[in-house]
Amino acid sequence: MADRQSALENVSFAVVGTGGKGAITAGAILLEAAGKGGWHGLLTRSVGPQIRGGEAAALVRLATRPAFTMARDFNILVALDWKNADRFISAMPVASGGLVIADPASGTPPRAVQEADCTIAEVPIAALAKQIDGGRENMVAVGLIARLIGFGEEAVMEVIAARLGRKGQAAVDSGRACLEAGMKAAAALAPAFLLAPAPEHDSRRWLITGNEAMGLGLLRGGIRFAAAYPITPATDLLEYLSPALSRIGGALLQAEDELASINMALGASFGGRPSVTATSGPGLALMMESLGLAAASETPVVVVDVMRVGPSTGIATKSEQSDLNIAVHGFHGDAPHVVLAPLGVADCLFTGQWAVHVAESLQTPVIVLSDQSIGQARVVIDRPADMQFLTRRKAFRATGEPYQRYALTADGVSPMAIPGQPGGQYTADGLTHGESGAPSSAARDQSEQMAKRARKIELFDFGDHWGETEGPEEAETVILTWGSMAGAAREALDGSCRLIALRLISPLPVQQLQAALKGARRVLVVEQNASGQLYRHIRAHMDLPGEVRQLNREGPDLIGPEEIAATLRDWSPA
Amino acid sequence: MNKPNLKASDFKSDLTPIWCPGCGDFHVLMSITRALAATGRPPEQVAAISGIGCSSRIPAYTNCYGFHGVHGRALPVAAGLKVARPDLTVLALSGDGDGFSIGGNHFLHACRRNIDMTYIVMDNRVYGMTKGQPSPTTEPDWDSALSPGGTGLSPFHPLVIALASGANFVAREFSGDIKGCTATIAEAIRHPGFSFVEILSPCVTFRPDEREWKGKVHKASVPETDDPARAARRIMTDDGMNTGILYRGKRRPYHASVSDEVGDIGALEARFEI
Repeated sequence: MADRQSALENVSFAVVGTGGKGAITAGAILLEAAGKGGWHGLLTRSVGPQIRGGEAAALVRLATRPAFTMARDFNILVALDWKNADRFISAMPVASGGLVIADPASGTPPRAVQEADCTIAEVPIAALAKQIDGGRENMVAVGLIARLIGFGEEAVMEVIAARLGRKGQAAVDSGRACLEAGMKAAAALAPAFLLAPAPEHDSRRWLITGNEAMGLGLLRGGIRFAAAYPITPATDLLEYLSPALSRIGGALLQAEDELASINMALGASFGGRPSVTATSGPGLALMMESLGLAAASETPVVVVDVMRVGPSTGIATKSEQSDLNIAVHGFHGDAPHVVLAPLGVADCLFTGQWAVHVAESLQTPVIVLSDQSIGQARVVIDRPADMQFLTRRKAFRATGEPYQRYALTADGVSPMAIPGQPGGQYTADGLTHGESGAPSSAARDQSEQMAKRARKIELFDFGDHWGETEGPEEAETVILTWGSMAGAAREALDGSCRLIALRLISPLPVQQLQAALKGARRVLVVEQNASGQLYRHIRAHMDLPGEVRQLNREGPDLIGPEEIAATLRDWSPA
Repeated sequence: MNKPNLKASDFKSDLTPIWCPGCGDFHVLMSITRALAATGRPPEQVAAISGIGCSSRIPAYTNCYGFHGVHGRALPVAAGLKVARPDLTVLALSGDGDGFSIGGNHFLHACRRNIDMTYIVMDNRVYGMTKGQPSPTTEPDWDSALSPGGTGLSPFHPLVIALASGANFVAREFSGDIKGCTATIAEAIRHPGFSFVEILSPCVTFRPDEREWKGKVHKASVPETDDPARAARRIMTDDGMNTGILYRGKRRPYHASVSDEVGDIGALEARFEI
């Protein structure tokens, strides 16, 4: 085996195969083995438009340091077959000097692979698997890659045994035989791409997707009810919540459409249970009218939008950060509310929990803008800290006086009665109302209630959670971004610039942002949408210091750390 | 906990309805409050959920908890509430435009889902709040400014659709028959699952012809049934003025619900550890 001197801080590989061959599983096994061994990494899936039987690919990047983004090109590409691969092979270019492993029995590689500056090695993957009783091609692929990146057999076997253990010892034995066959076949291959030793670490690691982390965060925050209408890429968040809610005594209700799901969540919240629904752009658009009702009736609710490429159906399986506009500005009338965005997979947990806290504290709708790039990425993260928010609605207590549901209070938040409480009866209303909740068309009621709803958000203490900063405070160059793009921006930091990543999108934390921008002479606003939605949102509220440039474009071609770094490097005076 | 000796007035608020004099909805409000008193559920244990329209104003006229939401969405709000709070008595209140047009899809799925609640639709065959447009139940030749000469469309048949979609209790009443309405609403509340009561409730302003309903309605001549096929045949062949409980089914209500006990959320974390 090659010496560790030339070992790499990052290794990336892809496994391609017809759906059902287990390409994704192969990638997941190696990622889990890496996580157990102390490395970081992430896995994303690339799938074709077919519902079943199409092509599928696992894209994996392993690293010695926390990894937020997928590699732009791949050191190793293993093809279980090439069926339909030409349709999406452009999404996984082979790195210069890379290694492609293909089964000669499954046809010739696509032209893009043949023309790449790489070594193409032929390994009879299917034949090797066939020699083993119950053998699977994807397990042979695991062995091939494990050997090439320097993973030991037992470390990988531990993961395989845990996964196949339920199927009995024969399945585990067959898995081992395939793994060994793959490792043996890889011994003759060059070049190898050895992963540098994992750094020392003491924390327990988790392997989790952004959608799962969001779901867990919501539950930690106190969510007891979810309403669900399936939509890619939010469906797996809903599918995570369904059994998890059952386990803790909550419930998920499948709706007939998004008009129903948001209203089911409002009904449950009116009943005193913290409630959520999750969707993507098209669903959020359908929910907007009822989100206005949530604002007017002061019914707390969390809506998670796992953004995808839009407008309209767009590209349902790919990522974009293009729903900031609708989330911030999509309401009819003036409807103060809160918009948050998680800063990565691990942060989905925090932001999900915080969103419930904010919604319940303020009795207002909170929209959380996650996206496909983090929602469906499976990532090794450090075990998240336990966070405690004192999440409680301002409660109603019967005093004998007539109850004023929408009482004008100093902080704008009024005590909220819950059905079942005697003396607290009121009608939650989307009609303009006075303090009691009785419908009103008086200008004074409209003004007072409007001001009250705005006040509660203006006066709320969002604390230090508005965003994150990283890099030297004295750096004059600032990368300003939001949500998932914080990951690529973090990886672009090289000591000469600093990062400001916004988690609180609306209300825009102008004071904190101005303080964080102090001393900045160059500001690069980075976001994954065509029109610069964050940039325009910020400019509506404040000026940015120094020379300001934008790095933004529509999905699905994600802006990566190299591109951000290159933009800063090539920054010439205007 | 049920309380004896509740009166209809215990369920009324002090707000004055915005309805026109002679509107059938006054009588429906009266019947609902009487029925609630009869079921013995105290007002704070009852939630009245509505959408938009004349009839949807009812929640604020009761002394129950109320939710006056957006147009067409009373049923999903009610469904979420009942699953979250199975201890409450939940009423959804609607009209023919709110319930059968903009909210039509929710009607089908609420019947299918069979959550234990009572859905009362005050059918006056017109959009009253917007001043006289044809609704899904309006006759095809009813002339209006929006659809001169009539829509030419077959009216929607709510009872048949409820039955076909799986509603567990189907009844028709006339608002002017307060005794009949009260008894049927009380039965609907007591019956498990999704109970649907269509109440013919005249709009005397935009449909003065509906004043004649009083002389046209008649009690169903045959007893109620638990056989959906028989109920469907009767409803399909009657004259639309046939009142009373027409079908009382035995389907099991929707079961998922939120409990007051919160399980161990920490236990959910184990699956992510490696």
